[in-house]
Amino acid sequence: MNLEDYRGIWVYIEVKDGNVAPVSLELLGAGRMLADKRGTELGGVLIGSGVKPLATTLFAYGADVVYVYDDPIFEHYRTEPYMRALLDCCHKHKPEVLLYGATPTGKDLASAIATDLPTGLTADTTILDIEEDTGLLLASRPAFGGNIMATILCKKYRPQMATVRPKVMKALSPDPARTGRIIEEQIELHEEQMRTKVLEVVRETVKKARIDEADIVVAGGKGMGSKEGFQLIHELADVLGAAVGASRDVVEAGWIDHHHQVGQTGVTVTPKIYFAIGISGAIQHIVGMQNSELIIAINKDPNAPIFQACHYGIVGDALEIVPLLIKRLKEELPKLNASADAKEEIRHA
Amino acid sequence: MLHIVACIKQVPDTKVAKINPKTNTIDRASAPAILNPYDAHAVEEAVRLKKRYGGVVSVLTMGPPPAVKAIRKCIELGADEGYMISDRAFAGADTLATSYALAKALEQIAKQRPIDLIICGKMTIDGDTGQVGPGIARRLDIPPLTGVNKVVEINKEKGYAIVHRKLEDGYEVVKSTLPCLFTVEKEINDISFAPLPNMIKAARYHPTIWTADDLENVDRKQLGLKGSPTIVSKIWTPPKPKGGELLEGTTEEKVEQLLSIVLEKKELFQS
Repeated sequence: MNLEDYRGIWVYIEVKDGNVAPVSLELLGAGRMLADKRGTELGGVLIGSGVKPLATTLFAYGADVVYVYDDPIFEHYRTEPYMRALLDCCHKHKPEVLLYGATPTGKDLASAIATDLPTGLTADTTILDIEEDTGLLLASRPAFGGNIMATILCKKYRPQMATVRPKVMKALSPDPARTGRIIEEQIELHEEQMRTKVLEVVRETVKKARIDEADIVVAGGKGMGSKEGFQLIHELADVLGAAVGASRDVVEAGWIDHHHQVGQTGVTVTPKIYFAIGISGAIQHIVGMQNSELIIAINKDPNAPIFQACHYGIVGDALEIVPLLIKRLKEELPKLNASADAKEEIRHA
Repeated sequence: MLHIVACIKQVPDTKVAKINPKTNTIDRASAPAILNPYDAHAVEEAVRLKKRYGGVVSVLTMGPPPAVKAIRKCIELGADEGYMISDRAFAGADTLATSYALAKALEQIAKQRPIDLIICGKMTIDGDTGQVGPGIARRLDIPPLTGVNKVVEINKEKGYAIVHRKLEDGYEVVKSTLPCLFTVEKEINDISFAPLPNMIKAARYHPTIWTADDLENVDRKQLGLKGSPTIVSKIWTPPKPKGGELLEGTTEEKVEQLLSIVLEKKELFQS
């Protein structure tokens, strides 16, 4: 393998419900930085059915070139046809770096590609950098359950691949005037040769706000003492109209369903307000919430690492503080709405 | 008769593991070795499918000799046979080299009894990658079905499986040819209590143990550290952020300060 033959930073573009997945736009932002540092092009690989028009979005968010595989066989994500297309693209155009969102789809595809190429793959990266002269990708991720960070290198194989957590990187502000090259690719695939078939896609209507989309997240940890104590987290969330989050040990203790887990093996969140209550703050949790606008921590232990990662902290007993906070919020929040209504009336008068 | 193989790993319990601050490495003595929790669900599902359709459940692991304990745990859960590949040649393997070694072992197992289905946990709690399962599927050229949270049907005669694959906001129903490989989510099942006869069997159980030499047609360059394209160049504790402002005073005073901080974002609360 001649490493010199490999050029360009690529992002695998995930398409969801006919749109570019937010994580892919974030990765274009990160990829732009890497490409500029290397003085090379940023490419997007777009696979799907009827997806070609999305290329303009990718240019606006930083791509220089978009490789498109547009065919009805790609209607639903399936490992086999997607893998064939992406392998084809890698063999033809030889990227030096290929990034994927660490989503169910991105992880599935990246694992298959890494095995077939073969090359190295770093999972759930949270920090990306590149050596300007050598082009060596520095992919860092929490390791050993999140207690430490590890920087992973792939020196002898290309492309260097990583999956990157959603909401960790920042998308550029789109520039609609930006354009680029579209390269249309084709690959011979026949439905009857495919070994898997998607029979049905079921979207679950989620009653409560999803934690990765909520403006406010109230997250609780082992410091709530018990499953009963954890109810206070639900109560506070109800008062605030917030989604409920949890640390890993709470999920493992069975106090709450794993959909609520915030962190490296759970969900990454970026709300406007994040409450970390009774959560000590392992790195693995921190990486899942550190990009929140306002982080408030409540914990008994003044040495808990969460106090290093918050904007405001209260050292104290959550079981005492939270009920008081709930009571005061119940008194104050209606007043906010009342004053907003009053303003509205004045405006209409 | 289905032959299902669950691939499992013994891992340090990362919840209690301590990091040696001088060397930045995991202090193994501080962490009890356990069966990877996601793999316990893989074994449980294999055993449930055996009860539903009849068959044999084997488990396979790669690891140092003490990993026998993890296999015994699987026998407690209801697995019938255990296989372990253990050799210094496997040490230091990343996900690519691990999937290679396990695939070679699976080929060997399949010679004794053809495999219909391979089940892996979603990921391990020490590596957290979720890459080995799909890697094995590619090595064996069978369809990988990741994120399975329900098995609808396995039909060996007609050669297909139907499962639910978890999506970010729902699930999809997928049909695949057999053999295939599932990686399973925790919610797929609840781990049953081990019946006493299983526990007795497990305590006395000795798995089949193979070294690299016992595996046929193995390319040693693809094993262990040598066969691993990724290397860990640096392990570090991230620099501590400077930390937030601690609110002072009595509990009531702290709550009042917090209240005014929260209410500053009043647009969040006005409907």
